[in-house]
Amino acid sequence: MDMSAYPLELPEGDRPMVRFMNVTKSYGTLTVLDDLDLDVAEGEMVTVIGPSGSGKTTVLRMLMTLETINGGVIYVDGKPLTHMERDGRLVPANERYLREMRASIGMCFQHFNLFPHMTALQNCMEGPVQVLRLPKAEARDRAEELLSMVGMIEKKDQHPSRLSGGQQQRVAIARALAMRPKVMLFDEVTSALDPEVIGEVTTVIRKLVAEHNLTMLMVTHQMGFARDISDRVCFFYSGKIEEQGPPDQLFGNPQRERTRQFLSAVKDAG
Amino acid sequence: MRFDWNWEFTAEILPRLLAATLNTLIAAGVGYAIAVVLGLVLALAQRTPWTPLTKVVRELVEFIRSTPLVLQIFFVFYVGPQFGIRLSPWTAGMIAIGLHYSAYLSEVYRAGIEAVPRGQWESCRALNLSTRDTYLRIIIPQALPPSVAGMGNYLIGIFKDTPMLSVIGVAELMHTANAIGSEHYRFLEPYTLVGVIFLAISLPAAGFVRVFEGWVRRKLGL
Repeated sequence: MDMSAYPLELPEGDRPMVRFMNVTKSYGTLTVLDDLDLDVAEGEMVTVIGPSGSGKTTVLRMLMTLETINGGVIYVDGKPLTHMERDGRLVPANERYLREMRASIGMCFQHFNLFPHMTALQNCMEGPVQVLRLPKAEARDRAEELLSMVGMIEKKDQHPSRLSGGQQQRVAIARALAMRPKVMLFDEVTSALDPEVIGEVTTVIRKLVAEHNLTMLMVTHQMGFARDISDRVCFFYSGKIEEQGPPDQLFGNPQRERTRQFLSAVKDAG
Repeated sequence: MRFDWNWEFTAEILPRLLAATLNTLIAAGVGYAIAVVLGLVLALAQRTPWTPLTKVVRELVEFIRSTPLVLQIFFVFYVGPQFGIRLSPWTAGMIAIGLHYSAYLSEVYRAGIEAVPRGQWESCRALNLSTRDTYLRIIIPQALPPSVAGMGNYLIGIFKDTPMLSVIGVAELMHTANAIGSEHYRFLEPYTLVGVIFLAISLPAAGFVRVFEGWVRRKLGL
């Protein structure tokens, strides 16, 4: 693959927080993402919607380095994420480089994935203590502050098995934020929740959008929520961005036939 | 055929057998300690990204599990010297039985590790934990409770297999019972006592393993 088309670093003045450049992802013969170009500006909240199998979750998983890519380069904060420089050329990143770059990205999962053998507080202290090497007292202060922010401070000494789905997800958000990422990824964080607790999680995310200058990428099926809080919405269809734009435009006046079909199907269902 | 149980003889040989029981417990304990640690090494080695190593270890585990323990004991003790490795019966026995059970324990660990949901690994990655912390702090603590039952079974298994060490002259319970039998031409009492002693240790141990399993789960908040 010719890597010379990809800069070693994005130039000043053209440095979005996240840039997908010609990114391709396939499993065997199945192409999940096809030549994807996507920029996310600093502080921007971008929501990804689309039918299942359209590759939207893969976008987040590649950015979290949970998936490798088959072509193209992903940049975070101007620096390549999937690749690293060696002798003036970009080569696939090694684990050490990935660890360094991963520090600026945090992720929340559909099934929360809290550590079941640790309390809510311990979950939120694990990364800061083990990875960031924060003193315990400082990590505890930070964790408690974030657990207060998500309304979980009273439950800080509970293990995940004692918490509801909504409560676990709020702890998971606090845990990710404790690492002070620049980019936060939300992968269908309300999909596994009972309807009556979805609100407690979306309220936390709304608060993040309102009060913090975090760059966020979210995959969701909550169209109303996406419309409310996103700066931009991308509609994915079979591995490509079929249409994107401000939420009012995309939801209110979709330009493409596939977008209209998808939105009306979602409306009928919900 | 007649049944003539001799209580006097029983009382006479009991202290000797109980002394040998201590050797049996030491053999089982040391062998198990080797197996617990080496088993973890074998399990983790199969998870490294370096395929030649994982393949060799996989084959080694299969080989050990597919051949009899008594053969492995003979092999270490009698074939070793041909390669200049001269070991005392105790050392050879501990190596053979420890290695044998490490292969079984590695499978227990492997199953335990594989039972940890994929999402836990992804969380570790998203939090940027090192591979070491991922295993030591997140994966192994969760792999442990489901492994405890299997580990307990093999603890009792290794204990019951220690008589095989008598074939190379380790002075454990079986070896002592054989010696007593040949000295006095009476086998009923020594062998019966061996059975009773094994039973008296195995049964409570099995109960203890069950209690311990519950304790580990509670301790880890699972």
